[in-house]
Amino acid sequence: MQPRPFVVRARRRELADTVTLELTGDAPLPFSPGQFNMLYAFGVGEIAISISGDPAQPEVLRHTVRAVGRVSEALCGLRRGEGVGVRGPYGTPWPVAEAEGLDVLVVAGGLGLAPLRPAILHLIRHRQRYGHLVMCYGARTPADVLYQRELARWQRAMQVEVTVDSPVSGWQGSVGVVTALLPRAAVDPARAVAMVCGPEIMMRFVTRDLLRMGLPPERIYLSMERNMKCAIGLCGHCQLGPAFLCKDGPVLPWSRLAPLLSVREL
Amino acid sequence: MLTEDGLEALVGALLRRGYRVIGPTVREGAIVLDEISSAAELPVGWTAEQEAGSYRLRRRADRARFGWAVGPHSAKRLLFPPSERLLSVRRSRGGLVVHGGVAQMPPQALLGARPCDLAAIAVQDRVLLGGAWADPAYQARRERLFVVAVNCGEAGGTCFCVSMGTGPAATAGFDLVLTELIDPDRGQPSYLIRAGTPAGQEVLAELAGRAATPAEVEAAAEVVARTAQSMGRRLDTAGLHQVLTGQPEHPRWQEVATRCLTCANCTLVCPTCFCHTVEDTSDLSGEHAERWRRWDSCFTLDFSYVHGGSVRPSVRARYRQWLTHKLATWIDQFGTSGCVGCGRCITWCPVGIDITEEVRALRGPGGSA
Repeated sequence: MQPRPFVVRARRRELADTVTLELTGDAPLPFSPGQFNMLYAFGVGEIAISISGDPAQPEVLRHTVRAVGRVSEALCGLRRGEGVGVRGPYGTPWPVAEAEGLDVLVVAGGLGLAPLRPAILHLIRHRQRYGHLVMCYGARTPADVLYQRELARWQRAMQVEVTVDSPVSGWQGSVGVVTALLPRAAVDPARAVAMVCGPEIMMRFVTRDLLRMGLPPERIYLSMERNMKCAIGLCGHCQLGPAFLCKDGPVLPWSRLAPLLSVREL
Repeated sequence: MLTEDGLEALVGALLRRGYRVIGPTVREGAIVLDEISSAAELPVGWTAEQEAGSYRLRRRADRARFGWAVGPHSAKRLLFPPSERLLSVRRSRGGLVVHGGVAQMPPQALLGARPCDLAAIAVQDRVLLGGAWADPAYQARRERLFVVAVNCGEAGGTCFCVSMGTGPAATAGFDLVLTELIDPDRGQPSYLIRAGTPAGQEVLAELAGRAATPAEVEAAAEVVARTAQSMGRRLDTAGLHQVLTGQPEHPRWQEVATRCLTCANCTLVCPTCFCHTVEDTSDLSGEHAERWRRWDSCFTLDFSYVHGGSVRPSVRARYRQWLTHKLATWIDQFGTSGCVGCGRCITWCPVGIDITEEVRALRGPGGSA
């Protein structure tokens, strides 16, 4: 319940409004891909941010944060050597263990790539345990493509497809929504696991298409976003029907989410 | 059996043990819970008339201390206060220095807890202590709480504890339990008192009571039987989970939304509503910050806010969330209903929305279940 003091070791600007913080504390913070921490900006507040680091390197805590509110702006403004409070890790992980022996289709939209990065690093590190690996990634513009240099590196180990909604001159890649990339994914739907993260509307359309492709609902995993305050299922804010998304999620299979997401404003 | 004076001795025994004694007392036109130092501060000769959206104190013809049903306060205030400091944080050269921990406070004795209040404490125990992460502040207060329960001699106008299986007689969760017996001729009360725990037994042994006669024991049983019979409201819980979760588009949700003001009163008076938020603040020097927890309500827009907007912008969705959580998904989450039938949400709703009436309507036409 109490934040542990961490210090900003490095800060890298990823996009115009997005930075990646590297944090170190008095002890490593082991985590599973897909889990999140509560990050506390001194005197400003605390928010849930997915861990975007490498699960094999828990001594460096990595978070990619986009400045959209008071707390995220404060976090993005932190400089090297400044303190930050960390509680976690919390929540359910991506099913990287259950996916062994199967194809894996990673679908990300915008900043949704950040929570998937630990899973991708895990999949690549243990490449031989999996079948085909594919990532489909959609961003608004070429300038919004996250982790650009890494995407090229990942391409050596997996099929990487990137699309943007609005191209600029010089963009040679795909244009359109991320669902348009799905038919290109070299996976066998009958023996594939999908890990999807992005805006909720994007995840709904991606799921619709994945189901049409023949992926079973229990193997389509989404990372859900709700207002998370306590992260331990006590404050009530993140409820989606019977689920507390902070502890029963954020990663849940479509088979559990479908009845809940079919109700407007649940 | 205790006399009126015996009640004073009970308060004295609790004070001598170092308890802050919290009991019902009249403040600003209502019977609320507050610290008391004498049994004289109990609401002697008062009752409260309650109806949907209405609460009025009235004089009684007798000297009863407990001749009323629940007021706006519940044990929630004692164990899970409306606001409390969770952390204090200092900025230093090496980063942040975080101080947490539960502040030391005197143990509390709750005098006059109703059976529905005991049930509500049991519900909050499940929520705040029963999961993987127990709430340390709640736990510290809860472990040291001494409870003097009172069986109900009056059904409030909005009570429905019989439907929820929580009253009007206390069966567990108390150190001592009282039943108030009123002499019909003189209007003078006496109290059948029984211990529920060794701690209660110890206090009881100090009081100058006498053994109850069989007639008095029988009279005490009649008191609660009469209360149960006179309860005006009921809530049918059979199949209720499906009625609520299975009909998210029932027209009644829209209808109740036209009356609900989203004022959050129902959640604040509810003895089990546990939703809370945290506020982080800093002082003017910018070197010292604190984190405070305070009660929150699913009726506010902010409650479900994520970047981009609220998940539940409509009143309909917020009322549906509250009622469905209280009576249905609470069971999925904690193995118990979130409602104990105390009727506070009915009384203190400024527009008189009645949870029992809403449930009846949701069972009616228009839905799919």
